[in-house]
Amino acid sequence: MDYLLSVATVAGIYIIMALSFYMPFLTGQISLGQAGFMAVGAYASAVATVKWGVPYIPSVLFGGIVAGIVGFVLGLPALRIKGIYLLLLTLGFGEIVRVIFINLKYVGAAGGFPGIPYQKYTLFYAYGMVFILIIFFSRLRKSRMGRAFQAVGNDETAAEILGVNITSAKLMAFSVGAFIAGIGGGIFAHFQEYVEPLMFGVMHAVEFIVFAIFGGVQIFWGPIFGAFVLTFMPEFFRIIQTWRMELYGVLLIVMMILRPQGVIGLDTIQGLKRLFQKAH
Amino acid sequence: MILEIRNVGKVYGGFCALHEVAMKVEEGKIHAVIGPNGAGKTTLFNLISGMHDISSGEIWFKGERLNELKPHLRAKLGIGRTFQIVRLFDSLTVLENVMLGRHCKTKAGLFKTFFKFSLKELEEEKTTRENALKWLEFVGLGPKADQMASNLPHAEQRLVEMARALTLEPDLLLLDEPAAGMNPKETMGLNGLMAKMNQMGKTILLIEHNMQLVMGISETISVLNFGEKIAEGNPSEVQDNPAVIEAYLGKKRRGN
Repeated sequence: MDYLLSVATVAGIYIIMALSFYMPFLTGQISLGQAGFMAVGAYASAVATVKWGVPYIPSVLFGGIVAGIVGFVLGLPALRIKGIYLLLLTLGFGEIVRVIFINLKYVGAAGGFPGIPYQKYTLFYAYGMVFILIIFFSRLRKSRMGRAFQAVGNDETAAEILGVNITSAKLMAFSVGAFIAGIGGGIFAHFQEYVEPLMFGVMHAVEFIVFAIFGGVQIFWGPIFGAFVLTFMPEFFRIIQTWRMELYGVLLIVMMILRPQGVIGLDTIQGLKRLFQKAH
Repeated sequence: MILEIRNVGKVYGGFCALHEVAMKVEEGKIHAVIGPNGAGKTTLFNLISGMHDISSGEIWFKGERLNELKPHLRAKLGIGRTFQIVRLFDSLTVLENVMLGRHCKTKAGLFKTFFKFSLKELEEEKTTRENALKWLEFVGLGPKADQMASNLPHAEQRLVEMARALTLEPDLLLLDEPAAGMNPKETMGLNGLMAKMNQMGKTILLIEHNMQLVMGISETISVLNFGEKIAEGNPSEVQDNPAVIEAYLGKKRRGN
């Protein structure tokens, strides 16, 4: 039971990470840097708790804010860069963060940062954040900025001609995505009790992307579903654990051929709505 | 004079797309820009709307110099545009597409969206939706509001794009080949729509290849060829202009 709760907690944190990828994705910015922002949030909140005695919630928030600021700074040059070049930029960023923390004595360098006080209720905080994000994204969808983000993601030029400030939209989405990743990192740090640079490598960034793309990118429920399912599956099937990355690869290929929009699409939601209405 | 194009030139690398083009568009008129393919008409629209930088010369709109102004600010000033190939937002519904037209006239940011404490819709959101619906009905597509924009047939997509531009409440509408791909019945509908928009006081700058449509509805026509303006006047003046005839049909050969 304890074990399952532990897996559920990690799943909750990974949902937050998948959603942190989804945010800039809406505006057409595909980021391989979310693990980097997670690292920034994790280390920042660990420093706040351990070295400055800040209590849990403000500490995690601090992690998010620092990550958000770094996201803003990185988001500025990212504005001019599209597609694969943005992937490279964010990939490079993730690696730079990792290398910085490997060499930063103040936070333990390559040995890692130990002694982070364990948060007993991480499960609740993680899913509490997920709940907040659900409210955020569902409100976003039916809002002026939500439409603007989608428009920028669909056709940047047409959106700009229509009066959308695409610079501010992309920057906002990128920074908020970094902030969300930072919060995920903060919650993660107080669950693991220690953090080290290895935990935030490229493959983790790739995993978050896989969660979102597998789960479905037409609506925010997709990344939630993807992160949840793909975190639990390996726990039940040993063979999935050993071949996890390989299986992700196969999964992605199959999805892109059979159902590119991901498992959860707009049709899924509409189908569910209709089912709900029939039951009434 | 709502729009003034002062000796505008555009160079792409080594290629000169527009050269010393001067044009004055009078407020409240329907002004057409015609010319063979490649003449530079869409390039001109791109320069007015801000998609590309002006290489030389100036463009003035409602007394403001557009040259360094970013595209979204030009939209805010009152320039609306439709495209040669329809550019709707595929992941949004028809109504959501049209609602975007009002983006630069509304304010609700991320903060207000998340931190609202009642479950009711924002007042601004409600007015945006009603306004968009009004323009959607104006082009005759009210019932299709909740369909995915990409599901509509081509001609209807063009109308949605027009409704979207109208929601901007622009003073100047740039219509780039709005009749392309339309059958005669649809074209007549378009004609009526443009007349109605003009009656509302909107200035229309129109690129079109459908000569019947152009000659029927335009008050002034400017003719471009190879990046230069070769003629300008009312429909009958332009039709009889030998330079225009030559541009479209070629030089009259001796003996014909």
